[in-house]
Amino acid sequence: MASVDGYDAVIGLEVHVQLGTESKMFTDAPYYFGASPNELTNPVVMGMPGTLPVLNKRAIEKTIQVGLMLGCEIPQVSKWDRKHYYYPDMPKNYQISQYDQPLCLGGSVEIELDGPSRNVMGEHRRVSLTRIHLEEDVGKLTHVADGSLVDYNRAGAPLIEIVTEPDIFSPEEAFAFLTSLRNTLQNAGISDCDMEKGQMRCDANVSVKPVGTTKLGTKVELKNLNSISGVRNGLRYEIDRQIRELKAGATIVQQTRRWDAEAGVTSLMRTKEEAQDYRYFPDPDLMPVRISEDWKSQLAEGLPELPFDRQRRYMADYSLPYTVTSVLCSNRQLSVFFEEAIRQHNNPLAIANLITNDLLRELGAASSGSEVEDGERRSLDSLGVSAVGVADLVAMVDKGVLSNQMAKEVLSGMIATGQSAEAVAEAKGLRQSSDSGEIEAICRQAMEENPKAVQEFLAGNEKSINAIKGRVMKATQGKANPTLVDQVLRKLLASG
Amino acid sequence: MEHIDIGYTAKLARLELSKDEQELYSAQLGRILEYFHVLSSVDTSGVEPTAHANPLHNVLREDVAVPGFGAGPALANAPQQREDQVLVPRVIE
Repeated sequence: MASVDGYDAVIGLEVHVQLGTESKMFTDAPYYFGASPNELTNPVVMGMPGTLPVLNKRAIEKTIQVGLMLGCEIPQVSKWDRKHYYYPDMPKNYQISQYDQPLCLGGSVEIELDGPSRNVMGEHRRVSLTRIHLEEDVGKLTHVADGSLVDYNRAGAPLIEIVTEPDIFSPEEAFAFLTSLRNTLQNAGISDCDMEKGQMRCDANVSVKPVGTTKLGTKVELKNLNSISGVRNGLRYEIDRQIRELKAGATIVQQTRRWDAEAGVTSLMRTKEEAQDYRYFPDPDLMPVRISEDWKSQLAEGLPELPFDRQRRYMADYSLPYTVTSVLCSNRQLSVFFEEAIRQHNNPLAIANLITNDLLRELGAASSGSEVEDGERRSLDSLGVSAVGVADLVAMVDKGVLSNQMAKEVLSGMIATGQSAEAVAEAKGLRQSSDSGEIEAICRQAMEENPKAVQEFLAGNEKSINAIKGRVMKATQGKANPTLVDQVLRKLLASG
Repeated sequence: MEHIDIGYTAKLARLELSKDEQELYSAQLGRILEYFHVLSSVDTSGVEPTAHANPLHNVLREDVAVPGFGAGPALANAPQQREDQVLVPRVIE
């Protein structure tokens, strides 16, 4: 626990995630980001009299899958409730949600804390969850000078709410939690979790208490935390604010505050006296869901390996360094690409390095200009290089046909032209000379031109061989296979 | 007579009630609450709690989308609209 000025922070998060389904939660209207205003509406979405909700099977399945991945208990029966409030983002004046019988109970999310340095794996621990329930998203309000505009496209989209226990103790842990949750959900194809598109949203409850005490302080709810960094920055500010208030002798009043990312401050939205009375009751229009063991095991079968499990496997089975695995495993597409490539050519380290260094650099160059958070990079597909293509390229290096330097140039060519490694190398005339007869002749000549280096080497100065090698590489315009040159030179030098 | 906080209930329902209406509805809602006490007096020990009398479960549909009806019909009943959206009095939570 990271204490500040004699106080410890205690944080709980409520994370909303849109499930990437084709249709809405209770009706067949489509949902996708970026449609023109109110395009994705129908009588059910608009809460017209006489309409009835019907549950989206896929949304329920995805929620159960999230629960299975996070080790939640999946109760046999789950039911639907109405949550009442008056706000123009919901035409029915109630939101269909789950009150006392959610689809998932308990569970936890594995997080990784910052290590001593970037190259070293940090400590892992599990953050406990209270529950995960499924509900419908609400419309989007845009505030203008003389009113507010309401777009109901988002209303009714399947939305899960993941609620943690007060089991997070610093802004950095909250950051780690959201990063891990996002990687896990993206990895399983549950959601793209793009916070800019509102696919993942987070509210935080935070309080502080003197170090060494056990009674929780009065909590403040933070809203408008619009990015994973926003959650961290908003929490940092709010924790400092609460400590400042307490030190000044003030008491913290239970309240909701809004984070203003531009100004870097939180400001009061409402206090507890205005707390909502939601008058939950079971929705008479919707029958409960019964989840059999069969259904659960069928859904479990469709789940991929969790990102941290995959990372541990890459480190153990392929001896890949931590930094490389953290990049590869943060993104499903990268790890699928990697695994396909190593099936084609079994050199995991070289392939992993090529993907995490060279391919991602090219991808970064291609998507520069737009602000992207880690893990939200442009798709690998957009580079037009296949996993098999990368495997073939690494194989050419391993066979001594290409040097590492040449391989980078060939890769650029592959991206530019969409051609195979072989074809690009051919077209650019990039090929290491591995004709030992030819290399031997060039080596002999280089030795004759460098008698001093030869003498020094024979006198025991190991480094002098590099001067001769440099000559050879120059004479061959860099196309001689360095390993072969080294062997030939040493043989010639030894035989005097 | 069962007491009901009619002012709070009206506020939750966003209803503005006159003094006469408050008295009238207080009495009516009070009688409804009293009837729930009659229901509560039934011995339900041994009866499994349920939200529905009907034993149906898993009334589900496949995740297939069909185009919605669009902004035109969606906004047909809106008293005010702008840019294909409903215009409401400015609300800042």
